[in-house]
Amino acid sequence: MNAVSAIAQHSGAIAWRNLVGLRRTPGAIFASVLQPIMFVFLLGYVFGGSLGGEAYREFIMAGIFAQTVTFNAAFTTIGFANDLQKGIVDRFRSLPMSRVGVILGRTSSDLVTSMISLLVTSLCGLAMGWRIRSSVLDAVAGYLLILLFAFAMSWVGAYIGLVSRSVEVAQSLGLIWLFPATFISSGFVSVVAMPEPLATIAEWNPITALAGAARILFGNPAVPGLPQPDGWPAQHAVGYSLLCSLVIIAIFMTLSVARYRKATAR
Amino acid sequence: MTGYAVQITGLRKNFGTHTALDGVDLAIPAGQVFGLLGPNGAGKTTTVRVLTTLLRADAGQVLVAGADVATDPQQVRRNIGLSGQYAAVDDRLTGFENLYLVARLYGMTRRRSTAVARDLLDRFRLTDAADRQAAGYSGGMRRRLDLAGALVAAPPVVVLDEPTTGLDPQSRLDVWEVVGELVGGGTTVLLTTQYLEEADQLADRIAVLNHGRVIAEGSSDELKQQAGGERLELVLGQLRDLPAVLQLLEGLGELIVDERARRITVPVSDGQRALAAVLDLLNANRIRLLDAGLRRPTLDEVFLGLTTPVAEKVSA
Repeated sequence: MNAVSAIAQHSGAIAWRNLVGLRRTPGAIFASVLQPIMFVFLLGYVFGGSLGGEAYREFIMAGIFAQTVTFNAAFTTIGFANDLQKGIVDRFRSLPMSRVGVILGRTSSDLVTSMISLLVTSLCGLAMGWRIRSSVLDAVAGYLLILLFAFAMSWVGAYIGLVSRSVEVAQSLGLIWLFPATFISSGFVSVVAMPEPLATIAEWNPITALAGAARILFGNPAVPGLPQPDGWPAQHAVGYSLLCSLVIIAIFMTLSVARYRKATAR
Repeated sequence: MTGYAVQITGLRKNFGTHTALDGVDLAIPAGQVFGLLGPNGAGKTTTVRVLTTLLRADAGQVLVAGADVATDPQQVRRNIGLSGQYAAVDDRLTGFENLYLVARLYGMTRRRSTAVARDLLDRFRLTDAADRQAAGYSGGMRRRLDLAGALVAAPPVVVLDEPTTGLDPQSRLDVWEVVGELVGGGTTVLLTTQYLEEADQLADRIAVLNHGRVIAEGSSDELKQQAGGERLELVLGQLRDLPAVLQLLEGLGELIVDERARRITVPVSDGQRALAAVLDLLNANRIRLLDAGLRRPTLDEVFLGLTTPVAEKVSA
C-alpha cells in the first residue's frame, strides 16, 4: 500500500468508528445542534429588536454559521481527550499505521457533525426569515467555504485535545478560546464600533472574514445601522477567508502530528 | 530455541527527577512466556511503553524481533501486539466492530478484516456478545476483547501489561488459558504482573523489577532456589512439647517458631536426609507431630526477600 492510500484507509476507518459512535450517542448530536438553534433565536429576537429587526436577523446568520462551526472544534478537542484518557490512542499508536491518519479520521468525522449543525442552523434561519439571495453556485460556494473553515477549526481543536492533560482540562480549554474568537468579529455587531485594538483584531479575524464572505456568497446585505470596515480583509473577504482556512490547516496539522507522536495516555 | 524475540540493553528513562528505568537489561527467548514482576512503580509499564514504541527511552537499546524501537518503530509495531493496562476498548462499538477497526488499521481488506474479527471473537468466546456494544461487557469480557485486539495481526511478540489486574477469578483463568494457547502457537509473550501466582503459573522465565532495575532473573524454580532453597517444617501435636523439641533440634540451623500455629521451620541444605533424621529423633522421643514436610519457598517469600530494603529486614 502506498502512503496516500494507507492514510485514506486509516483515516477512513477512524472516521467510520467515530461516526458509528456518534450515531449511538444521540446526546452529542443534540448538543451540536442545540447551541446554534439557541443562538439563532436569542440573537435574532432578543438583540434583533434593538439592532435592526428583520435586516439584523438576516445579517447575523452568516455570523452564526461561522460561530457554529468554530464551536464544533470543541467536539474534536473532547473526542481526542477522551480517546487519550481511555488508552485508545495508545492502541492506535502501537499499530503500524500512519500518524496523520488518526487525526485526519477525527477531523473528517467531525466535519459530518458540522454539516448536521449547518443544516439545522440554516433551517432555523429560514424559519426566522433569512434567505439565500444569490445564485445556487454562490450558495454552494458559501457552504463549502464554511465547511473548509470548520475543517480548519477542527484541526485547532485536535491540537488542543492532544495537549490537554485530562478530559476536564480539555473541556475548559476547548471552550474558553471560542468566546473571544467568535465575539471579537463582525459576526453579530459592527466592527467599526469597537475600540482599538479590538477593531483591528476583529477586522483581521478569520471569523470576520468567513462571516463577510458568507454574506457576500449568500447575498445577505449588511445592516445600515452596523457599519463594517472596508479595509483589505473586507474587500477580499472570500479570498482572505480561503487563505485563512488553508494556513490554519497547514499550521495545526503540523503541530498536531508532531504532538501526536508524544501524546500518551494519562 | 532460535535466539531472542526481545533484547533490552542498558535501558534508562527519567521523568523529570524521577528515575523510572535505571539501566534495565533483559533478553527474552523466542516462543516463551516471560514474566516481568514487580511492585507498583517498579518500572514495568515504562518498560512496556518503550518496547511498544509509545515512549522514547533516554538511553539504551531495545530490539523487537531484530528491529530497533528507536530507528525502526514501524517495523516494531508490525511485530508486536499490545494489550495495555486499561482495556483499550471503544464502548460505543460492538465487540465485532472493535476488532474490525483494528484489522482495518492494520491495512487489511474489508473481507479479511471481517474474517479475522469473527475468528478472534470465536477464540475468545465472545461470539454471543459480538454484536452488542462493548459498554455492556463485563470486566472479563472487555479484557478478552482487548487481548483479541492485540492478536489481530498474529504478531510474533505479544505484550500484556497486567492482563488480569481487577479481574474476577474466572476471568483470570480465561486469560491464563489464552496465554497458554498463544505460546502453543509459537508466540513470544511478555507479561507484566504484580501477582506472583500468575508469574509462577504462566512464565517460563521471570525477571523481578524494582526501582527501575532488574534485581533477579531466572525460572520460577531458580528464583526460589536463590531465596534459600528448602526448609523443613514441623507442626507439633501439642504445644507443651515445644521446649523439648527445640532442645532436640538445637544445632540443626536457625529455627523459626510460630507458637500459635505450633509450627517450627528451619532452612536445611539436604532436605531428605534432614527430614529422616529429625523424624527418627522425634519418634525416639515419642513426640507427636500433626504435619512434617519439606517446603520450597513460595514466590511471595522470594519477592519480599528481594524487594524489602535490607534495613527493614534487619529491624524486623
